Amino acid sequence: MSLTPQDIARIANLARLELQPEESDRMLTQINGFFGIVQAMQAVDTTGIEPMAHPVAAIQDITLRLRPDVASEPNQRDLNQKSAPAVERGLFLVPKVIE
Amino acid sequence: MSKLVQGYEVVIGFETHAQLSTKSKIFSRASVAFGAEPNTQACAVDMALPGTLPVMNIGAVERAIEFGLAINAHIAERSIFARKNYFYPDLPKGYQISQFEIPVVQGGEVSFFLEEGQETVRKTVRLERAHLEEDAGKSLHEDFIGQSGIDLNRAGTPLLEIVTQPDMRSSDEAVAYAKELHKIVTWIGICDGNMQEGSFRCDANVSVRKPGGELGTRREIKNLNSSKCAGRLTRSKTATRSNKPPCCSTPTRARPAPCAPKKTPPTTATFLTRTCPRW
Amino acid sequence: MNSLHDMTVAELAQALKTKQVSAVEVATGFLARLGGNPHNAFLDIDSEVTLAQAQASDARLAAGTAGPLEGVPVGHKDVFVTRDFATTAGSKILTGYRSPFDATLVQKLGASALGGAGMVTLGKLNCDEFAMGSANENSAFGKVTNPWDTARVPGGSSGGSAAAVAARLTPAATGTDTGGSIRQPASFCGITGIKPTYGRASRYGMIAYASSLDQGGPMARTAKDCALLLSAMCGPDLDRDSTSLDVPAEDFTASLNGSIEGLRIGVPKEFFGEGLHADVRAALDAALSEYEKLGAKLVPISLPRTELSIPVYYIIAPAEASSNLSRFDGVKFGHRAKDYTDLVDMYKKTRAEGFGNEVKRRIMTGAYVLSHGYYDAYYLQAQKIRRMIADDFQNAFKSCDVIAGPVAPSVAWKLGENAGDPVADYLADIFTLPASLAGLPGMSLPAGFGAHGMPVGMQLIGNYFQEAQLLNAAHRLQQATDWHLRKPEGI
Repeated sequence: MSLTPQDIARIANLARLELQPEESDRMLTQINGFFGIVQAMQAVDTTGIEPMAHPVAAIQDITLRLRPDVASEPNQRDLNQKSAPAVERGLFLVPKVIE
Repeated sequence: MSKLVQGYEVVIGFETHAQLSTKSKIFSRASVAFGAEPNTQACAVDMALPGTLPVMNIGAVERAIEFGLAINAHIAERSIFARKNYFYPDLPKGYQISQFEIPVVQGGEVSFFLEEGQETVRKTVRLERAHLEEDAGKSLHEDFIGQSGIDLNRAGTPLLEIVTQPDMRSSDEAVAYAKELHKIVTWIGICDGNMQEGSFRCDANVSVRKPGGELGTRREIKNLNSSKCAGRLTRSKTATRSNKPPCCSTPTRARPAPCAPKKTPPTTATFLTRTCPRW
Repeated sequence: MNSLHDMTVAELAQALKTKQVSAVEVATGFLARLGGNPHNAFLDIDSEVTLAQAQASDARLAAGTAGPLEGVPVGHKDVFVTRDFATTAGSKILTGYRSPFDATLVQKLGASALGGAGMVTLGKLNCDEFAMGSANENSAFGKVTNPWDTARVPGGSSGGSAAAVAARLTPAATGTDTGGSIRQPASFCGITGIKPTYGRASRYGMIAYASSLDQGGPMARTAKDCALLLSAMCGPDLDRDSTSLDVPAEDFTASLNGSIEGLRIGVPKEFFGEGLHADVRAALDAALSEYEKLGAKLVPISLPRTELSIPVYYIIAPAEASSNLSRFDGVKFGHRAKDYTDLVDMYKKTRAEGFGNEVKRRIMTGAYVLSHGYYDAYYLQAQKIRRMIADDFQNAFKSCDVIAGPVAPSVAWKLGENAGDPVADYLADIFTLPASLAGLPGMSLPAGFGAHGMPVGMQLIGNYFQEAQLLNAAHRLQQATDWHLRKPEGI
């Protein structure tokens, strides 16, 4: 299982990462090197095994906790927006969104 | 027996996003009240600040179950939440928490009466599923030159996405279904049904085929915000090669691949999928 | 009374309670040692904030409303968000970020007026970027050096925390452990650290790397100190963290002195194979002999899928990370690129500029294994093998009480030695990954010295919720040996 430069370009786009050409090349080599050790994993027979999302599910049934429907968060806009790169009239500014 | 339009059978499926009438958001304790000043109802969790985590609102789950019971659906004892990953400014985490493989409500049906000529006919639309998910924020374009303003008040509002089988065969049926669904969700009290405020949003999937033949290319109409709109739209779709811009409203719920307006060649009945200013 | 910096958390807490020293004196003493930021251990220090907290502690001590660790200093790994200090997670993408809230674990150790243990924060500690790394060479703000040999790595990702404790810059620190990031740096720096059972310590406010693996825990010089901090850190956080288990807080110091006569210590054969360096093996053999002298029994066991834990972890963790790091997009907080053509370009440049190479690599790997067509073959397969690994441990625990082994195949390597070969780093995680995948509690404690005089850590792995037993076993060894008391030259 070997990735191609096209795969790297596709994933970089999916992940919204701009890669320089040398970076892309290096990324390709390193990720392919990594997938070399993944082969052993592919070969394991896992028929009938349930995937494990929460580790403690190995010994107990884990279900999602539900909280009461109460609106208790105060308006903390200024505090929450303190580190925002661009804010105007309470709105986060971004380059125009084309829909 | 389906009505044929120019020899073609019209096949319509509906996807409705109903905002659930909880007091707080699906994964945070911020209020969902409509009309607040921008970002005053977006807490740290809604803004996806580093280190924040979702905690599920029981009110959303209860309302989903109530809907499932109302339409005679199967309620999954165990359903799973998944992340839909994509980048959009009104999607603060870079993913939407939704349900993919095992939704909370499966199957079910909605029935209504329709005048067909002189007769009153009972129609039933089967539902494929209804699942819980979180709403995205809003993008505002009008006041900013070359930029958009993002308001995350709506981000995290609980939604029930209700998906039908492609059981409808005319725009009248589609409208009747939408009206009936609207009645159900408002009557059982899980949604306030206020379309102006975006509490009840419908998307229609339309395609055409020769009777007995395969379904043709599917086109999606987004954000039908009133039944008048829904009717006009599905009618214009099945009418001819009209390239009249459809009516729909803003803002759009963010979609995985937001695209620029597309013109499609008038070979099959098609139309544009884009948002236009509110009319 | 020893010099302040040689005192343990327990000793400092006692000295403060009995008014032998004030919190302000203690804080001042430690702050003085931070001048010049030895080992590049810290990322943010603010003496005004620290002294204000110390003053508040002195008031609580005087009023008799002190917390159990009132006035004792602590440093927080920079993946814990804090209101009063910057938070970067070791990354440029969070330049200038100020969190409006404190992480739950920071609260639990912090101001006693707010229900915490009363510790005083000295600052934020350096770490690998977003906790991804095994040497603290991936921080955007420079490498951390090992106080035992500044030409060597301190381990990672909690390298700053380990170095700060080893160099006596702080008596204790918080770390996080996703694949070994508390245990391995503790081993490399000759200190003690523990990762609790997954779900026992709240992840709220702990910047997420891999959600199903991350756990916060204490790092200090003794098992007793770790027990004191862990007791304050563990406990349900039901309102804020859905993965937090409804298991009551526990006093892990209560059974520290219990006898370990008859304790069955499982020794996995896969942990003592060819890859283990001879000097590490020798140190561990000596440590295990000490355990036998204390009455414990060594039991041979097998963890057959040990090697598989490497690909399984490096599929699961990057997959979860790629999603968790999507929120860093230049919209709501942190770095935004200066020049871009449109929205998509803004995203791409912002993230390219803000993230380092290792982070980008893991995001790419993660996005690939989650993408259409590959999810089943990679992510799902890995989660299934994960369950098998967890089952292997349950099987092993039928014939032993705790499992002992190395933390890493070697002592700390030289800075820059593994540059350009990330897979070499991954392979060295082989002994810590299995317990992470299973969600079991794991500890590292000093077990002597290896090549070049560098510390060697011994790993103890317990069954779910058995932290008290691990700490007890560690404490008994520390009563019988003095490896944990040694300190680097010149400290």
